[in-house]
Amino acid sequence: MAKSIKLEPKIILNSNQLKLTIHRLAYQLIENHNDFSNSIIVGLQPRGILLAKMLHQIISQKLQKEIDFGILDHSLYRDDLHLKNSIQTLSENKMPHNIENKNIILIDDVLFTGRSIRSALDALVDYGRPRDIELLVLIDRKLHRHMPIQAKYVGKTIDSIDSEKVNVSLQNPIEESIVYLTQTNHPSQEP
Amino acid sequence: MNHKHLLGIKTLEAEEILTILDQAVQFKEIINRPIKKVPSLRDITIANLFFENSTRTKLSFELAQKRLSADVLNFSASNSSVKKGETLLDTVHNILSMKVDMVVIRHSSPGVPIFLSKHIDASIINAGDGTHEHPTQALLDAFSIREKFNSFKGLNVAIIGDIIHSRVALSNIFCLTKLGANVRLCGPPTLIPKGIEALGVSVSYDVKSTLEWANVANVLRIQMERADAPYFPSLNEYAKHFGINKEMLDTFGKDTVIMHPGPINRGVEISTDVADSDQSIILDQVENGVAVRMAVTFLLAQNRSAV
Repeated sequence: MAKSIKLEPKIILNSNQLKLTIHRLAYQLIENHNDFSNSIIVGLQPRGILLAKMLHQIISQKLQKEIDFGILDHSLYRDDLHLKNSIQTLSENKMPHNIENKNIILIDDVLFTGRSIRSALDALVDYGRPRDIELLVLIDRKLHRHMPIQAKYVGKTIDSIDSEKVNVSLQNPIEESIVYLTQTNHPSQEP
Repeated sequence: MNHKHLLGIKTLEAEEILTILDQAVQFKEIINRPIKKVPSLRDITIANLFFENSTRTKLSFELAQKRLSADVLNFSASNSSVKKGETLLDTVHNILSMKVDMVVIRHSSPGVPIFLSKHIDASIINAGDGTHEHPTQALLDAFSIREKFNSFKGLNVAIIGDIIHSRVALSNIFCLTKLGANVRLCGPPTLIPKGIEALGVSVSYDVKSTLEWANVANVLRIQMERADAPYFPSLNEYAKHFGINKEMLDTFGKDTVIMHPGPINRGVEISTDVADSDQSIILDQVENGVAVRMAVTFLLAQNRSAV
């Protein structure tokens, strides 16, 4: 792996802002999904899981009920498998038994080229035919899309250049979390 | 795992075996979905070359490949030009000219997969070579054992029956000893190779004390087709002294897990009431075989450019 150039990281969201943002996203979801009786929160492997779990926890507490939760791995559906850019290992898939006609909220940390989300959509429909699929991301790097994909819920939209890397360091409790931008000396490898 | 081929368990590290088993867990989830297929290996063509008969292994490999969306060619020696005198290498070279990326091969001669790996570019999976190795069977056996016991450390596994002709036994010995299980072989002295203790296993000629010791009993088939000399007086005699039946198992007062790689000779090495009992995980082994072969195929497909 190429080494990062030593530059001061630029903070995008500090822990206070992150807390507010995640709670705001949770309330936006409640606004649109009411009691979540027909909705499933789905975290995307690997980096969407923790954010999805945080949102799931906030919403479950708010609504005083357990809402459906899933974990989705898209590595077998990537569009670059034949290029052998990197060795893929599968991560856990843990989807609810039935997603037919459900409202799915797909959750990832950073929306960059949109390729992960495209493969996640393929992975998702192999479990059944949801009624609709929405996308929630913490950070939207809006200038770098390679696919016609947009998030419905966005924590923060940022302008960034290709060689910058968005680092989402989520921790539970959230007080130790931070989102920051670093400069690398190679174009970003994020899918 | 950084191998181009899967020629045997002997050359794998314990960690690599565990990687395969861990990946197989994820693939097992896939084959239990409503849509049991992923598009991952659309760019790969795999030839299944079976120079020896097979039911389970052949179907299991084919299904695993299809679940991964690979293109599949099936070849059986019995209805091919091998009968007209074509050599093994000529046959394989001709098949590979059709742009095949991976070869799954079963052959009655030990060492055929290793020989081929020195002459062709494609990835090779050994699906059983004579009395040598059957690595995917050992991996699916290990996977099935781990599902039951979670760990191999200190687990007592007995392999009972025709050890000397069995590639399943040899691959299982390599696999289980690497993973930290205690392995004991049991059968008539004529069917256990002399000096096999050097592989880190113990040997017993008494099936009752072996079963009493074991957490798992992997019962092997008596291979009549490989037996070129009389190893025991008769099948009845074998069943009487080494066959496993429910009545015998019940006397130990514990639930020994019973495995068998198939095909079963019912009433010879294992009785029907044992094969079909709750203690038997024979059919789980078959299901797990597909998941394990998907994992192996996927991992090797990604390593195709490796040396």
